[in-house]
Amino acid sequence: MTSLIDFVHVACGYGGSPVIDDVHLSIARGEFVGIVGPSGSGKTTLLRALLGTVKPVHGTVTREPNVRLAYVPQVETVDWNFPVTVGEVVLMTRTQRPWPGATKDELSQVEALLERLGLAGLAKRHIRELSGGQQQRVFLARALLQRPDLLVLDEPTSGVDVRTRHEILHVLTDLNEEGIGIVLTTHDLNGLAAHLPRLVCFNRTVIADGAPLAVLRPSFLERTYGAPMEVLEHGGMPVVVDGNLGDFSRRLKAKTAS
Amino acid sequence: MIGFDILEPYQFEFFRNAVIVSVLAGAVCGLIGVYVVLRGMSYIGHGLSHAVFGGAAAASVMGINYFLGAGLWGIASGLLIGRVARRRIIGADAAIGVVTTASFAIGLVLFAVYGQAHKSLEASLFGSVLGVGRGDIIAVLVVGLVTLLAVVLQYRPLLFATFDPDVAQVTGVPVARMEALLMTLLSLTVLVTMRVIGVLLISALLVTPAITARMLTKSFGRMLWLSPLIGSVTAFVGTNISYHTDWPTGATVILVGAVLFTVVFITSGAKGRRSVDGMDHHAEPSLRAA
Ligand SMILES: Nc1ncnc2c1ncn2[C@@H]1O[C@H](COP(=O)(O)OP(=O)(O)O)[C@@H](O)[C@H]1O
Ligand SMILES: [Mg+2]
Repeated sequence: MTSLIDFVHVACGYGGSPVIDDVHLSIARGEFVGIVGPSGSGKTTLLRALLGTVKPVHGTVTREPNVRLAYVPQVETVDWNFPVTVGEVVLMTRTQRPWPGATKDELSQVEALLERLGLAGLAKRHIRELSGGQQQRVFLARALLQRPDLLVLDEPTSGVDVRTRHEILHVLTDLNEEGIGIVLTTHDLNGLAAHLPRLVCFNRTVIADGAPLAVLRPSFLERTYGAPMEVLEHGGMPVVVDGNLGDFSRRLKAKTAS
Repeated sequence: MIGFDILEPYQFEFFRNAVIVSVLAGAVCGLIGVYVVLRGMSYIGHGLSHAVFGGAAAASVMGINYFLGAGLWGIASGLLIGRVARRRIIGADAAIGVVTTASFAIGLVLFAVYGQAHKSLEASLFGSVLGVGRGDIIAVLVVGLVTLLAVVLQYRPLLFATFDPDVAQVTGVPVARMEALLMTLLSLTVLVTMRVIGVLLISALLVTPAITARMLTKSFGRMLWLSPLIGSVTAFVGTNISYHTDWPTGATVILVGAVLFTVVFITSGAKGRRSVDGMDHHAEPSLRAA
């Protein structure tokens, strides 16, 4: 198995003490990997290290030569007031042709891509005039226009509703079946992570790495989230529930009873 | 105002030159202003003009050519400011403020000591169209063409680096080089337009046309030609009014721009207004992170 990306003993930070430390991780061509961990655990930093926008202070990140990476940022980081239309966002990535006018070929590629992602006819809309799921897909379209080997998505389903989450997962599965590798972060354990072939529990470092049933276990989850959690099984799938909430409900029940 | 004649001033060469140079200045400020506004660099434009004034004063006192002396000073401070600003060091804006106002203060001291002997300093401070010569027209024209060329030839990388620098970097856009390019163009723009509009007002000409254009369109491509158009129309109208009213030209141009902004602000409705409200980030509250 040739790996696209290899982390060996990696530490990264932003000047102060490292935010991620002693990370070992390798990602093969065509894989679909989910990275789970609580807020502030360094998931975004891990992705930045993978993409090369943050340089390791220790260790090395090796990328296969000429690998094409494309990044879909967390929608919360996008400036929704910026005056750009959907078409302009998707095309800005084609910097091999740096000047404004689009070729016929480019326009038809953009059109086909928007069509495929369910965004047909929206090219002239401003980005904030779309629904949450559509906004996510615009940035996906921009990434796909580069024909990447590996698609890197930061929290693609954070804050979207169930239907949108299904849509996004559906599109990503299609892309993965076409051979595009996918790495995404999420804190949605049951709605997203449990459905993926490979999961990495992450908090400053890799805590567990493998199939959901092997990784979503109370001991790993407690080390990842710093809170007790229980894992049930439903139709062969792990379902994570908060542990130890009995105490709260007992107290709250006692309050209503009194 | 009996016999008021709109065309009357055009018999004078100085006025024709003034109109040409201010229209060009309005266009180039409007063009680079698009990036200034969208990158939130307004205070950098403001600081830069103050820094350049120090360079202009020093050049003038030492008898060095204005464009050479103030230009080198301006580009150096522009790149320095850009670097400091990009690193997002805490207090970077304060440091920029100290450096640029100190540079401005040097200029004021030199102006007080040598001002009589160097009339051009007064022009840099308040702006003047009286002394505009062929050299100024050529300078603004050259900077305008260079800026236009850069903006067209690097359209997508500049847009990408402005909208989304992190992703642009991943995609192979030389983000740092794009920022240096913009800072250089901004410094050059301030340099050549300063003597017409004045240090104290130049940052307004960088911001007002762009923000007005922003309210009128939702497309980056359209904003990029609308803003220079607004800038040059504003400058044209302002320069003409200033002749008849005897108001200072720079100030009149800025006032015309402000009036236009207000009219657009009122008539463009809530949608256009929201576009200049930098705080209101989300179309959908449901998108906020849990
Ligand atoms: N640009 C930055 N500069 C300084 N600190 C940062 C920066 N980005 C993230 N951090 C810090 O690094 C830690 C991990 O952040 P992040 O990678 O964004 O975690 P996650 O994506 O899991 O929420 C946090 O403590 C955060 O405050
Ligand atoms: Mg994050």
